[in-house]
Amino acid sequence: MDNKRTMLKKALYAAFPHTIPILAGFWFLGLTYGVYMNVSGFSFWYPMLISLTVFAGSIEFVAVNMLLGAFSPLQALAMTLMVNARHLFYGISMLEKYRGLGLKKAYLIFGMCDETFSINYTACIPKDVDRGWFMFFVTLLNHLYWFSGSTLGGIFGSFIKFDTTGLSFVMTAMFIVIFMEQWLKEDRHAGALMGIGVCTACLLIFGANHFIIPSMIAILGILTIFRKVFEKGKSLS
Amino acid sequence: MTLPQQAVTIAMVVLGTVLTRFLPFLLFSAGKSMPPYVRYLGKLLPSAVFGLLVVYSLKDTAILTGNHGIPELIACALVIALHVWKRQMLLSIAGGTIAYMALVQFVF
Repeated sequence: MDNKRTMLKKALYAAFPHTIPILAGFWFLGLTYGVYMNVSGFSFWYPMLISLTVFAGSIEFVAVNMLLGAFSPLQALAMTLMVNARHLFYGISMLEKYRGLGLKKAYLIFGMCDETFSINYTACIPKDVDRGWFMFFVTLLNHLYWFSGSTLGGIFGSFIKFDTTGLSFVMTAMFIVIFMEQWLKEDRHAGALMGIGVCTACLLIFGANHFIIPSMIAILGILTIFRKVFEKGKSLS
Repeated sequence: MTLPQQAVTIAMVVLGTVLTRFLPFLLFSAGKSMPPYVRYLGKLLPSAVFGLLVVYSLKDTAILTGNHGIPELIACALVIALHVWKRQMLLSIAGGTIAYMALVQFVF
């Protein structure tokens, strides 16, 4: 029993530093989301329950518009599948890492948002720390940050007065750092460069609101067609 | 929208999200060996998807109007420089964000 407590503590202490940037990012974005719901006429129960059950940032912002519009459950489902289709990629990438983790696995998959995925995918977990519990705490902490930020935003939304213009850049900065971490870990950058190139091209062609799906199709298509080229260059295990 | 309608709408969002997260694990369950193609995608996709997220987070930058994305350009360069220099995640993110806020609030 004591051993288990020590092991859990160790995993929590190892996981927490990795989530500090997410704490900053999620509290800001969560607060923003809560405030947004607040000014859209929803009580704090809404951001509180939605952040707990959905836990996927971008679609939660979209869901505010859905709740304000006409009742259309099928459209809500289709929209969610499209906005969150990238999770399919995350899942495929995490098949091996989440394998054999028992009951924890269900929660790890449920809570696999962008940020949780990128930490759990890239983190170098020390040998003496339990991998499963490390990833569990990363997921749980991020979930709690988002949940508390959204709820507080919903409650205190109307009282925030300082100029927050530009704070949303925290998301961009975070994704750049995540991209760089991945970049520094791989010895060939064909995939990374292709991702940036293809998405930029799709953004220019299809515009900001419609480029995600074409980008994903193009990425999959290029990886499939040029598999030999990518595999030959990829000497990483 | 009535309360039950709101509940159904949110349930649909939950369902859609859960589906996208669980589907790969249901299709390629443990024990069965994964098709080599899926294994290959799992290795190559993350780099490309992280690239996608960077582009996604910058998608609303106005290049042709307003301040032509100059604050974004400066702040992104700063994030990259800080991260190459110190490789401290929080420092790179905070530095870039504070610089961006200062740029859009006081400079541009």
